[in-house]
Amino acid sequence: MSKAAELAALIANVNKGSSLANKNFIINGGMQVWQRATAATAAVDGAYKTVDRFFNWVSGGGAYTTEQSTGHLATTGHENALKLAVTTADTSIASGDYYVIGYKIEAQDLQSFKYGSSSANAVTLSFWIRATKAGTHTLFFSKNDSTQYIYVAEYTVSASDTWEHITITILPDSNIKAGAGAIANDNGAGITIGFVLKEGSNYEGATASAWNTSKYTTSNQVNNMDSTSNTWYLTGVQLEIGEKATEFEHEPYETTLAKCHRYFVKINDDFTGSNAYHAWSSIRWGSNQQFATVALPQPIRAQATVTITGTTGVTFKCDGSSDSKTAVVHLNTEKSGLVSFYGNSLSFDPANSKAGTLFINDDSSMQFDAEL
Amino acid sequence: MEIKDAQYKESTSDWGVKAKAIEATIDGVVCSIPISEDNRHYNEIMKQVKAGTLTIKDAD
Repeated sequence: MSKAAELAALIANVNKGSSLANKNFIINGGMQVWQRATAATAAVDGAYKTVDRFFNWVSGGGAYTTEQSTGHLATTGHENALKLAVTTADTSIASGDYYVIGYKIEAQDLQSFKYGSSSANAVTLSFWIRATKAGTHTLFFSKNDSTQYIYVAEYTVSASDTWEHITITILPDSNIKAGAGAIANDNGAGITIGFVLKEGSNYEGATASAWNTSKYTTSNQVNNMDSTSNTWYLTGVQLEIGEKATEFEHEPYETTLAKCHRYFVKINDDFTGSNAYHAWSSIRWGSNQQFATVALPQPIRAQATVTITGTTGVTFKCDGSSDSKTAVVHLNTEKSGLVSFYGNSLSFDPANSKAGTLFINDDSSMQFDAEL
Repeated sequence: MEIKDAQYKESTSDWGVKAKAIEATIDGVVCSIPISEDNRHYNEIMKQVKAGTLTIKDAD
């Protein structure tokens, strides 16, 4: 695209309601933030395992891992990519099988789409893809609230194991412009995007480039899961208002990290080998009980699931006594970003008059999951 | 999502205030899940409870 054409597309999108900053509705589309893991990790159905904000849908006889892949800057403009590698092939997809890389967008961030009104906007999804399997691939774009409407798009990977830039424009139809097309103004999932690797016949049957209410892919979708030699890469994912894809909106790392923290926070020992700790003040809660409040970097989307990982976990300490827990089970999370830990059945009874500490040991981490 | 060993956990303060959550093993990892319909793990637990495939034990 020439610079003049690029500028024209940008102006057209802005006139439709897009913005010059924060135009990308995908958080971490450039695959910058990997709080959970960067190394190859087996995909689990419904779980976020490696790159922030992108999750797995996997059900069937096949299996794959995801990991961080680097060195793609010159080709894609993004150093990092999400790499998927098939570890167990599935050459015979059963009717209920599915293999999908998913992404959910918070509903209240999508109000500028104007779905549910006659002035609903067109939106454009663009991304870089590299797949061993050339041919027809699909993705779905599902509007979740009220009546579910699913837009299915086909795109072509022209050459095996070669980066290609894909652009898909999603036009609202009469259903999206009607009342049932609205996206609730809340903190639930408003839109779910699924990059389909392969799905069984239960999910096939959609008409490409159209909305439907029950199908997620077409029968033309190649089977990315049919060989353990297959890989699939994704980066530079951008969703913006308008009918044209514009240049990817690059952000400072800390900006993207802060956005990811709304959905997931991992606090661990950053002082490997130094035997140092992160600590918080704690007080007596009841007999053999203490509690401490941890302030997260910013308010999170919802009350979070808390996991303590590692061998030693966290330690409650007061007046010379201490007790370590690998499963601190009581919590009370608030959207303010404050999380309170309640240490139960401690081996000591903390004094009322003395302050204590909660600290995380250097082999452990706390994880706060408020993903959609 | 494989969920096992779900149990309510309660902690009551000296002045009677109660904190309550669910402890469960999700995909092999012990987690503390808030009782909140905004939380996807809580919703999945309740979905499996409704389907009769999971039981939440009472607090000790």
